[in-house]
Amino acid sequence: MAFLAVVAPAVPAQAAVPAAESGGRCSYEDHPEGEIHIKGCLRDERDDPPSPVEGVAVTVEDESGTVIGEDTSDANGIFDIPLEGDPLKILGQTFVVKIDESTLPDGSGLRDPDKVEVTIRFTTTGDQSVIFPIGDPLAGSSGKLVQALQLTVGGLVFSSLLAMAALGLSMIFGTTGLTNFAHGELITFGAIVAFAIDRLPGQISIGGANITVIVGVIGAFIVSAAFGWLNDAALWRPLRKRGTGVIAMMIVSIGLSLFLRNLYQYFAGAQSQNYSQYSAVTPWEIGPLLITPKEVAVFLIAMAVLLGTTALLQYTRLGKATRAVADNPALSSATGINVERVISIVWIGGAALAGLAGALLGLTQGFDYQIGFKLLLLVFAAVVLGGLGTIWGAIVGAFIIGLFTELTTLFVPAEFKFVGALLLLIVVLLIRPQGLLGRAQRVG
Amino acid sequence: MDIGNLLGFSLEQALGPTAIIYCLAAIGLNVHFGYTGLLNFGQAGFMLVAGYSVGGAVTIFSSSLWIGLVVGLLLCVVLALLLGIPTLRLRADYLAIVTIAAAEIIRQTIGAASFSSTFGGQDGITDFIGGFRAANPYTERVDLGLVQWSAYDAWVMTVGWSLVAVCCLLIWLLMRSPWGRVLKSIREDEDAVRSLGKNVYSFKMQALVIGGVIGGLAGVMTSLRSAAVGPSFFATDVTFFAYTALLIGGAARVLGPVAGAIIFWFLINFLGSFFSQATRSELIPTWIMDSQQASLMRFIITGLGLMLLMIYRPQGIFGDRRELALDAR
Repeated sequence: MAFLAVVAPAVPAQAAVPAAESGGRCSYEDHPEGEIHIKGCLRDERDDPPSPVEGVAVTVEDESGTVIGEDTSDANGIFDIPLEGDPLKILGQTFVVKIDESTLPDGSGLRDPDKVEVTIRFTTTGDQSVIFPIGDPLAGSSGKLVQALQLTVGGLVFSSLLAMAALGLSMIFGTTGLTNFAHGELITFGAIVAFAIDRLPGQISIGGANITVIVGVIGAFIVSAAFGWLNDAALWRPLRKRGTGVIAMMIVSIGLSLFLRNLYQYFAGAQSQNYSQYSAVTPWEIGPLLITPKEVAVFLIAMAVLLGTTALLQYTRLGKATRAVADNPALSSATGINVERVISIVWIGGAALAGLAGALLGLTQGFDYQIGFKLLLLVFAAVVLGGLGTIWGAIVGAFIIGLFTELTTLFVPAEFKFVGALLLLIVVLLIRPQGLLGRAQRVG
Repeated sequence: MDIGNLLGFSLEQALGPTAIIYCLAAIGLNVHFGYTGLLNFGQAGFMLVAGYSVGGAVTIFSSSLWIGLVVGLLLCVVLALLLGIPTLRLRADYLAIVTIAAAEIIRQTIGAASFSSTFGGQDGITDFIGGFRAANPYTERVDLGLVQWSAYDAWVMTVGWSLVAVCCLLIWLLMRSPWGRVLKSIREDEDAVRSLGKNVYSFKMQALVIGGVIGGLAGVMTSLRSAAVGPSFFATDVTFFAYTALLIGGAARVLGPVAGAIIFWFLINFLGSFFSQATRSELIPTWIMDSQQASLMRFIITGLGLMLLMIYRPQGIFGDRRELALDAR
């Protein structure tokens, strides 16, 4: 039921877009009742208002790949392909709409080069419209460069969030030796807390400005910190006191991950969620690049938090104590450092970082109950790549993995971007098992 | 709520085809984790490789299921070698991370839309089971009063439980041999074994291969049970469930995974149908739990159970606590 509720409004919204964009010129001809048409309106989005694109061939294929209709866009950029047969028979069938890229006018191309075909499935007996955004061609040498820059921007934002999560994991590993498979759930926790605050009735505002989501993100940071403390105090500290082995703790963390992930789904549902603000923002056009203010803000916050954390670790007494515990718990205990207190603080800090990463990630791309679990392997990859337990290693590793995942989409389909990063992890382990910044004696 | 019906259904499942899959996967993990102390979190990857080999042999190469079986198990050997070479010399958690990553690499690659013409993308491969179906000696439903299975399920179960029996016999023979004692001593103290002149790396590799191949058999059973293979059958959680089954029964015991898988799958189904009936009959009001949330309760309890089990009774039901004094190495 929930699934239907999400999908149903999407259809009329999609249909409304071409008509709204064109200022009324994108109107379709009426056709007799009882026919279903697949139609669309091709517009060059570089012009304002968008201008029609004429003479582009569009074909419709059925499930077996047979062409069952074709049309060429007219002077208004409209193509309109009737489907043969009884509308009720068409219900539930899928069709593939393909655009012939070679018939596009010179100098223009699809905004999304992978989207030369669109698969549609009829859930109602109404017409369906298809959108092919047309603009600058992204292929070609200059296009590749722009594309690479654009991906770098996205990659940097993603990397900075990955780095926060990785830093938390690495600090916890360094001080306790625990490879925490439930770290992904700490990330999701932040996203959910921010969402819960966002969903509270009413809105929070200062001087007329609505800051509900900002408060949500800050709240996520604080509540995640408390959650990290709770994790340690209720579960991991008693286990350390019992003398539970590291491998046993790793399996406990898997149980915890399973438990929390399903609990999140219990309360937040399985569907992807967005926060009430900043979900659609107009990007700034800087040269050929499109950068949203939201991305800039997220990146700056993440970098500030990362720098703050590393500065704390590098210069304060507490930070030095933390690094000492990571280096050798027994020896630092002997020098008078309260190891348990340090570990508790590391858990608080690590979970707060992960929660903030989750909330900001939810802000940039939306979230669902397993956003952290999906990210977990990339966080591992980042941490292992940089060197398990090292602070700078986690950050460097996260930026390598984050940029690598985004930039590989230049050469391979986007569905392989995680695969590439995980392969990189295995290759690094083969060549340099201690990681880029790790020391060799840690391993073996 | 009908308790008799609930128990009957759960028992049917606990002895049925899916329990066999977890049983074989857990037997493989028992060789890795229980006897050798290796943390393989990528058992689902071994299952996927063998499962897709069986399906792919028929649909892609128009060959027979037998060839698919042999190729699948050989590919499991190759996968074990590929995973073992970089990681078995490193600390235990590296193997854990690499295996979980490798399983996910294979799953995402094989389920990718780019290869959908060969591997069927997210839908996977179907229509390869004809030969197996034709060999089915059962002609009608098997009805034992409380429990009953369709003719096809009964055939899958006959093959599956026979495989389980053969694997258990093999493990029993292996683990009482000198070879098995070396594995156990690697688990207890790797350095001591090394100082006795054993090649620890090579023994670990052999254990990884054998456990992986048994995991491959679990994948083969998956393809036979569902008459299909798809990437969603081999998600990371499958490995975690197999671990839960192993730990319930007791690691480092020949029959531990068998008992564990039956109990695990019984509980999962019992909890699943209990909560679904409880919400449907409004025993639990809808504002607390709707039917979708009811389906999650069994996994929430599984996660909690896995934690409690590992904390309070790591040896499971039949295990020996002294045998599982594990630590990272």
